[in-house]
Amino acid sequence: MIQILLWAPLAAGLLACAVPRRASGWVALVGPLVSLALAIDIVVRFDPSGGLQHTVDESWIPTLGVRYELAVDGISLFLVLLTTVLWFAATLWSAINTPERPRTWFLMFGLAETAVLGAFCAQDLILFVLFFDLMLIPFYFLFGSWGTEHPGRPQEGEGRIRPVPATLKMFIYTLVGSLLMLAGAIATGILAADGGTVDFNIQHLASDPLGTGSQYWIFWFFAAAFLVKMPAFPLHGWMPDAYRVAPLPALALFSGVLSKVGAYGFLRIVLPVFPAATNHFQEVILVIAVASILYGSVMAFSQTSARLIAGYSSVAQLGFITLGIFSLRPDGADGAVLQMVNHGLVIAPLLLIIVVLGARAGTDDITRMGGLAMRAPVLAGLFLIATIALLAMPGSANFIGEFYILNGVFQEKIVYAFVACVGIALAAYYALRLYQHAMHNRKPEGIESREVGLLDGTVIGGLVACIVALALWPGLILHRADDSVTSQLSFTQQTPTQVAER
Amino acid sequence: MTFNAPDIDYAGLSPVIALTAGICIVLLLGLIPRLGGRFTMAYLTIAVLAATAGLSIWQWEQNQDLVAGALRLDAFGLAAALIACLAAAIAVLLAIREPAAEEAGHGAFYSLLLGSVLGMTLIGQAQNLIAFFIALELLSIPLYVLCASARRTEPSLESGLKYLIIGSIGSATVLYGFALLYGGSGSTDFGAIAEGLAGETGNDTVVLIGTAMVITGLAFKTSVAPFHQWTPDVYQGAPTPITAFMAVATKAAAFIALARLFEVALAPIADDWQPALAALAVVSIAVGNVGALSQDSLKRLMGYSGVAQAGYMLAGVVVATETGLEALVFYLAAYTLMNLAVFAVVIARERETDRGDDIEALAGIGRSRPLLAWPLTIGMLALAGLPGTSGFMGKLFLIEASVDGDYTWLGVAIVIGTMVSLAYYLRVVSAVWMRPGPTEEAAQPVPAIAGGSPEADVIPRGASRCALIVGSALLCGAATVVFGVVPSPLLDWASHAAGSLALP
Repeated sequence: MIQILLWAPLAAGLLACAVPRRASGWVALVGPLVSLALAIDIVVRFDPSGGLQHTVDESWIPTLGVRYELAVDGISLFLVLLTTVLWFAATLWSAINTPERPRTWFLMFGLAETAVLGAFCAQDLILFVLFFDLMLIPFYFLFGSWGTEHPGRPQEGEGRIRPVPATLKMFIYTLVGSLLMLAGAIATGILAADGGTVDFNIQHLASDPLGTGSQYWIFWFFAAAFLVKMPAFPLHGWMPDAYRVAPLPALALFSGVLSKVGAYGFLRIVLPVFPAATNHFQEVILVIAVASILYGSVMAFSQTSARLIAGYSSVAQLGFITLGIFSLRPDGADGAVLQMVNHGLVIAPLLLIIVVLGARAGTDDITRMGGLAMRAPVLAGLFLIATIALLAMPGSANFIGEFYILNGVFQEKIVYAFVACVGIALAAYYALRLYQHAMHNRKPEGIESREVGLLDGTVIGGLVACIVALALWPGLILHRADDSVTSQLSFTQQTPTQVAER
Repeated sequence: MTFNAPDIDYAGLSPVIALTAGICIVLLLGLIPRLGGRFTMAYLTIAVLAATAGLSIWQWEQNQDLVAGALRLDAFGLAAALIACLAAAIAVLLAIREPAAEEAGHGAFYSLLLGSVLGMTLIGQAQNLIAFFIALELLSIPLYVLCASARRTEPSLESGLKYLIIGSIGSATVLYGFALLYGGSGSTDFGAIAEGLAGETGNDTVVLIGTAMVITGLAFKTSVAPFHQWTPDVYQGAPTPITAFMAVATKAAAFIALARLFEVALAPIADDWQPALAALAVVSIAVGNVGALSQDSLKRLMGYSGVAQAGYMLAGVVVATETGLEALVFYLAAYTLMNLAVFAVVIARERETDRGDDIEALAGIGRSRPLLAWPLTIGMLALAGLPGTSGFMGKLFLIEASVDGDYTWLGVAIVIGTMVSLAYYLRVVSAVWMRPGPTEEAAQPVPAIAGGSPEADVIPRGASRCALIVGSALLCGAATVVFGVVPSPLLDWASHAAGSLALP
């Protein structure tokens, strides 16, 4: 079943290339639909204490010991569901608002979904790296070919931003990280084998960790890949340009799902496979996380481009998620898993709303928007719910996620928790500023306040309904994720001497 | 006094015999004016290559000495023959309407190509310094001529002359090195050299100088930096099908021969040459990738990319393990396919536009010529080592071999080189998909009003004319993706080839 879940989007994407242009979107939609249905089925039948489920284990490259191993557990379960939900929404959105050259567009969408789902399901280190790299290729084409030029920030002396260089920058940044990770992954397998048969199974590697010295350097190869992908504070250089030129439905996926793969990678691979290094470098990563929260928040409330506000707020939110994971406490990591899903569900409709706003105002500059709520109560309502969720108002699932994260950090390192709390206050400011500038204020000349279209509204509404549902029932995730998270963290709970003895 | 002729194993020699006979047939039939048409000669050449490949596959399981030990029949050597045959067959398909082939005469052009393939087949099998050198010359001399075969264009003549001079220096250096090796070890036979060197502690200056000269000479042939300066110039000037052939087949044959020479004959002094080759690999990766960054000519770009790729492949030789050789053979095969996909598209665009091999010729073909755009994109992504292509698998094996052979830093060098290479490979991809095509292409040539003949004008620029080229490009592109997803068949093939070379 997991095989169909994984490959249906790509198959539908290929099929969409063979049908007439107008039908391609609807044909391509079959893939995400099938995946979504299967993902829901997996969630419903999931056994919280059952460990890895729906396992597929095939020999793939026997000479190198690389296996084709897929499975879901409590951590990947909801990220798979999030992926399928967002992809279904974004594909539906593109089928309604057909882009130029639709067949290639939908092929890339399908390839991207397959790659992301593969990264979430892979249980073999090399397979994970392969899917991790693979998901970049479709986004390179999506951003580069369908991106639009952005005027930049002329008041700060910044020129126009063109899609191709911006995309190249993103690609090289991300691939630098993931190629280092490839080298690190190979080294892990070979060093762990120590002359025996090479095996890249993540659980096997975790049960027999490397020597402390090797862990220390390989840890950074992996951390580089994941921190760039998120992006985290000092490694976010590709983000501002890429966010401003990217086509928004693709960006909604990129921001909603791909950034989570980085956080997921920490939880899935780094914590169990490099426990000694994780303990050793915990504080460094916590500092990076807190720096991301502060930097992202401060940047988000000083930007005028709605895309950049969304982008920098992601930096801050991913900082929270990293903070939760590296609290190395079940509470914090549970909250991080919940927050990954929350953030994906919030940022995607927000970016789609920015498309709608852009169509009304002709720009993504919030200082030139205003009064859009006047004749569009539904749009305003949807936007308001997304905003409230973004600022983690009590009552939203984001609040619960951040609460858990901070709870975990308080137990572990109280200083970081205090600093991180500042981020919550700042989030309220930038989220409300975005909403207020766009929807209220005085309406400038030449901007039309128009209700969101029925079909577009359905897509956004569906995503917003997911936010509301999750706010009412966060236990859906917490309950199922808890056991898996605890077992991932158990690897890091050993004292350093225990690890050194092995 | 009686003279005993060496026992000749005709079955083992059959690929070589088929090629030699094929050269004579193609050359002679090419002289008959009626028969010497472009398609007859091309298909005849392909038939010869197919026969050679078939005989090589027939002999695949064999492992024995031939011709009094001058040649070694094993899967490792036959791998070079098979790669050369594949590359040559595709080069023939690409060359069918090439002006160079018309000018040189089809028979002569294709028989020279076959001659070079014969040299590659022999050099892959050579296990004697003399046989090695003769095969090296047999491989190179037809290529000097072929590079200059577009006789009316200055770049082609320049390219041929440059290649001749540099190639001769390379050959001379190799020969000098061989003489010193003979002096140091007392034999020209690989096995005997290894025995002669076995007692050495690695301090014999004659042997070390000889090894250094052999490395230098072969580095010229495989275009390993810093002996690569001829590569971009020669690649750019030579007729493009020949460039395509040179880029892949010469590299494959030379690397296989290099591996056999170093890992069989010079195995006892491995500790001496390993660091030297590792240093060359790093220099090559750095120089090739940095050099390619600023190139606008696709052929030059591919030339520099070839320098960098040679650096990656050298890692497989450096580690001197069976895993390393496996990775090398796999990478050579994968590299052949992806490079040919790229060159096929370059040739197609050379014919369709008047921009030659400039990167501008590719602008916007994602929209106008998707059948060319996809193989090119796949080829470029594979060269950059992205997943889903055989290039990723190849890099994976090479890095794994490096780490496994205690050359982790070389693996990291490959990774860093790959990062730099993205900048230029993706530049090509972005030209294909993300730039509008030139507008003047929309203007179709106006057919002659009177006196026109269907043959003289209204040749649709594109589809029908390039069907063979597009077909080759699609075939290579598809194979690149297939071996990227299901690498096992190619990997088994490479393991068998590498395993047949019994390492000490």
